[in-house]
Amino acid sequence: MIPLSWYLIFAAALFSIGLYGVFARKNAVGILMGIELMLNAININLVAFWRYLNPTDMAGQVFALMVFAVSASEVAVGLALVISIYRRRKTIAADEVHELKW
Amino acid sequence: MSPIQLTFLAVAAFSLVSALMVVTRPNMVHAALYLVVASFGVAALFVLLGAPYLAVIQVVVYIGAIAILMIIAIMLTRRIASEDLVVVNAQAGWAAVLAAILFFSLLIILGGWDSFGALAGELPPGSVDPAALGEALVSPQAFVIPFEVASVLLLAALIGAIVIAWRSSRAGG
Repeated sequence: MIPLSWYLIFAAALFSIGLYGVFARKNAVGILMGIELMLNAININLVAFWRYLNPTDMAGQVFALMVFAVSASEVAVGLALVISIYRRRKTIAADEVHELKW
Repeated sequence: MSPIQLTFLAVAAFSLVSALMVVTRPNMVHAALYLVVASFGVAALFVLLGAPYLAVIQVVVYIGAIAILMIIAIMLTRRIASEDLVVVNAQAGWAAVLAAILFFSLLIILGGWDSFGALAGELPPGSVDPAALGEALVSPQAFVIPFEVASVLLLAALIGAIVIAWRSSRAGG
């Protein structure tokens, strides 16, 4: 049997890697990828808590589904912003796009 | 060490290595493909956790939609697909330190928690069945309101993404 701790350690490592990606990546798409990794880690945690602590209640899985919906909308809007910024500035490096108005 | 533990360790190591590649590869297309691999590992962990429906959704949404969207966005923004650019900004060292601090403090906090080493109990009959999840999603006693709000959110994001990415002549884009 796999103890709960293994899943939690895995999710913590995945979340930290995603956090590093968000802070360190120059490319805006790379930042979005880091956010996706963090959301994946959260989903693993939610489902692990559902399975180990309260499997009769479906709340854990429903919450994970909500995270899926939010991450799909986040990535759609985020990539639309990236494409829009690229059209105007010809760059999507996050530290070159630090002004809201050109 | 039982086969299921070995499976977990193999999948987890595979996903973590791919996740590291996602945040460090200079070529963004490679990073997106490593994101596919990492998502697939997470889907395998959902299967191990007894949530096969979520595993299927993970494959459909992350690999089928999000990774493809990212690859399309990378291809539309051409300059950054090349290898010769510096991929990390000046704060990369601090970011690594911060991520390591977060990881170890999470371990310390979780390690002091009673249920940290808990083992899974028997799954109640029917709870692996997607029908139980579907009923919970549409039952008025359970989660019908979050479900509807999520669908409105998806619609709003869809329209918003189209409006933002629309090539308007007025804006000179």
